[in-house]
Amino acid sequence: MSDPCRPVETSIRAKLTDALQPEHLEVHNESHMHAVPPGSESHFRVLVVSPLFDGLSLLQRHRLVNTALQEELSTRVHALAIQAKSPQQWAADPSLGKSPGCLGGSKGDHTVQSKLQTER
Amino acid sequence: MCTAGRCLRSGSAAFFLSKPVDSRVRLASARLLCSASSDIQKDLGEMVKKDKVVVFMKGTPAQPMCGFSNAVVQILRMHGVDHYGAYNVLEDQDLRQGVKDFSNWPTIPQVYFNGEFVGGCDILLQMHQNGDLVEELKKLGITSALLEAEKESK
Repeated sequence: MSDPCRPVETSIRAKLTDALQPEHLEVHNESHMHAVPPGSESHFRVLVVSPLFDGLSLLQRHRLVNTALQEELSTRVHALAIQAKSPQQWAADPSLGKSPGCLGGSKGDHTVQSKLQTER
Repeated sequence: MCTAGRCLRSGSAAFFLSKPVDSRVRLASARLLCSASSDIQKDLGEMVKKDKVVVFMKGTPAQPMCGFSNAVVQILRMHGVDHYGAYNVLEDQDLRQGVKDFSNWPTIPQVYFNGEFVGGCDILLQMHQNGDLVEELKKLGITSALLEAEKESK
């Protein structure tokens, strides 16, 4: 189900589903927590629970997520918080992490501005 | 992509400025003669080995400019790690992109232990929460302050 108002979130969801066959997937747009205009799709938090993560280190898991979202990360997405759990880990601790408060780094950051402009 | 034109006009020497901003943390500002990506990659190869703990972040440990970078600083501080190489990517766009290419990691902050890429804020936080960070610091010859605090309380 694609939402034309949230193209990046839709794309992230589709790509992670395709690449990692998650048992549980949450995609949260956290752009409103940062120094970017309302309606931005620049800062995300994802929670991926997948049996593909079994036996993999945290770094290996995060790299899988990064690879799946390579296009988004090189264009529209400025920040991506990742939680990558195996099904057993999720069963033991079904909680979503919280992102730290913004310290305004995106304000006046031309790299972020140019990423946001691709949305227009 | 070599930007030789810019190099010739800059006329500045290639060197690392190592400015001890305060007694605890050495800040290194990388100024490169030639912005060719291969030079940055070579410099980064040296930068990540210069200190046991190296952090590429937005802002400085004294004044982080990003919540995720600040989280890394705070976690290290909790473990008593106050001496590390900290590089502010906001000061240098070539460094900012260069480190992403070097690590094959798309975001900042980035943490290195003994020249080896550890991960970003999420990974460091999970290592802190599950006890792995104390063990990894021990391998670097660093005794975590949390370990010492635990010993004292027993």
